[in-house]
Amino acid sequence: MSPVDSLRSDLRLIAEIVPEGSRVLDLGCGDGSLIAHLRDARGCTVRGIELDHADIAAALAQGLSVVEADLDDGLDAFPDGSFDVVVLSQTLQVVRRPAFVLREMLRVGRRCVVSFPNFGHWKVRGYLALRGRMPVSRSIPFTWYDTPNIHHTTIADFRDFVKASGGEIEQEIALITEGWHRAEVRRVRLWPNLLADTAVAVVRPA
Amino acid sequence: MSATGDRETPWDVVGSVGVIGAHTLTFEDVALASGEVLSQVVVEYETLGTMSPERDNVVLLCHALSGDAHVAGWRESDARAAGWSPEDGPRWSPPAPATGDPDAAPSSAVRPGWWDPMVGPGKTFDTERYFIVCANVLGGCSGTTGPSSINPASGEPFGLDFPVVTIEDMVDVQARLLDELGIERLLAVAGGSMGGMQALAWAKRYPERVGACIAIATTWRLGAQAIAFNEVGRAAILGDPAFAGGRYYETGATPRHGLAVARMIGHITYLSDESMHEKFGRRLRGRDEFAFRFVTEFEVESYLAYQGKRFTERFDANTYLYMTKAMDYFDLCGDAGSLADVFRGSPVRFLVISFSSDWLFPTYQSKEIVAALSAAGAEVSFAEIRSPYGHDAFLLEPAAQHAFIEPFLAQARVAGRAGARPTKGGELE
Repeated sequence: MSPVDSLRSDLRLIAEIVPEGSRVLDLGCGDGSLIAHLRDARGCTVRGIELDHADIAAALAQGLSVVEADLDDGLDAFPDGSFDVVVLSQTLQVVRRPAFVLREMLRVGRRCVVSFPNFGHWKVRGYLALRGRMPVSRSIPFTWYDTPNIHHTTIADFRDFVKASGGEIEQEIALITEGWHRAEVRRVRLWPNLLADTAVAVVRPA
Repeated sequence: MSATGDRETPWDVVGSVGVIGAHTLTFEDVALASGEVLSQVVVEYETLGTMSPERDNVVLLCHALSGDAHVAGWRESDARAAGWSPEDGPRWSPPAPATGDPDAAPSSAVRPGWWDPMVGPGKTFDTERYFIVCANVLGGCSGTTGPSSINPASGEPFGLDFPVVTIEDMVDVQARLLDELGIERLLAVAGGSMGGMQALAWAKRYPERVGACIAIATTWRLGAQAIAFNEVGRAAILGDPAFAGGRYYETGATPRHGLAVARMIGHITYLSDESMHEKFGRRLRGRDEFAFRFVTEFEVESYLAYQGKRFTERFDANTYLYMTKAMDYFDLCGDAGSLADVFRGSPVRFLVISFSSDWLFPTYQSKEIVAALSAAGAEVSFAEIRSPYGHDAFLLEPAAQHAFIEPFLAQARVAGRAGARPTKGGELE
């Protein structure tokens, strides 16, 4: 059993969004903590995709089924609509073909949950504006030349991206995760693209 | 099978399962896919570890083309020849353990089982936790009925009168063996290469008897390239004058040359460009200059010649024909519309492992299996292990395989105890 408290803050939020008993595919599932939680606490049928071997082994040790695959190759193996929820947490920014990946998610899942760091966050804007340098922060902790994050986006840009990819945003949750106390996550309703460092969006085919 | 292993480390004697005795059981009237019936089949098998009172810890290991029932530890007959007696107890190791590749060891050395690095106390297939069963396949030449066995109808060896067998026939005989041993259900069935084909065939034919299927360095059907290599091997055997239509048992002259060539070509397909380059390069053996004659000069030539020769000392040429034919016929899809249809609703949990440098059964073929299983909604996990050792990596990369197989097996047992309830949710289809 995976206690909710041990989940990363955005995963905890995603876990609350996913309806009980859903069929869930987690893209870039890491060690499988989200889907293990969804299986154990919410009775979901879960599958994972991951590239990292240590993570795959860790997921196997929790009795999860995880396949090594590159998201940029698509989700060919899965028939249309074979999942209720497809999750892409903190992974959109690392894929080479974000639009293709989102289209594949919309094909395979009835709903997609995407979480990503918001490049429109005031700290990021301030970092660039004041220092004239590529931002490095807790949610974006890499130097520009050595980062897996090759496709940064803002909440505003993400809205356009979803529309252009044939989806629509059903729910958008803007979050401050870089709080004084790390475990604390606050929702932002006012000026989300400026004040939130992380966003979680529920997307469905338009 | 065998290998590139340059490893200096001796076979792991510490974790050895010790001296293992072989057993046989006889079965009547074994019906085959071809429609033929074998009136009598003897099966040689070995068991390791202890069956749990609930009989829920049985793992069937399936061997590849040149393997046998002796999967790990020291063969009892070999141990006796090396001076062991039952009073010494099973914890025994030979005076001078062989090193690395079993086929490269001096022929006098006692060799451990074909998957010794993976099977034993504390190893991946942990004999302290699991009850391991391994049987020589139908058509084999190491104790189970095959073309070198006596045909009861004629009183002479079968030779080519032995019926052609399929991977499915092998699996059916294993199922009868388990019946006889009182094993209703397997915790897991596992194997590499042709052993992986058997594991997959088990999951297809007896899904209710298999908790988990571990298919390593294998394929769901042989492609033209693999069939082509098999055919070259068969052509070498069939073209050897000593083959005598497969009746060489009587003449005393075996088709050694043909079988050695078949083994050589097979061996090349088990290695990789990288591993051959690393192991042999263009080095010459025992000379500094070209001889300008057709003698064995390069290291790689000498290695292949040695492998071929060693193989003829322990393997029957007719069995080589039958094994390769069984693989050529293997097509898991069969008459089904798609491979996904074969496994729709399968309760079996799958773990598929491929190796990056395996060009005999390349990763894409494993991915096809994984895609079909995913489409079928089956529980499937997959990883491609980066290795330079080619197809033989399943024999040479115990640690890398352990990382996935150990937790997978442990969880398969948990799932099995929970009453075949892999997830709480509904079926995924």
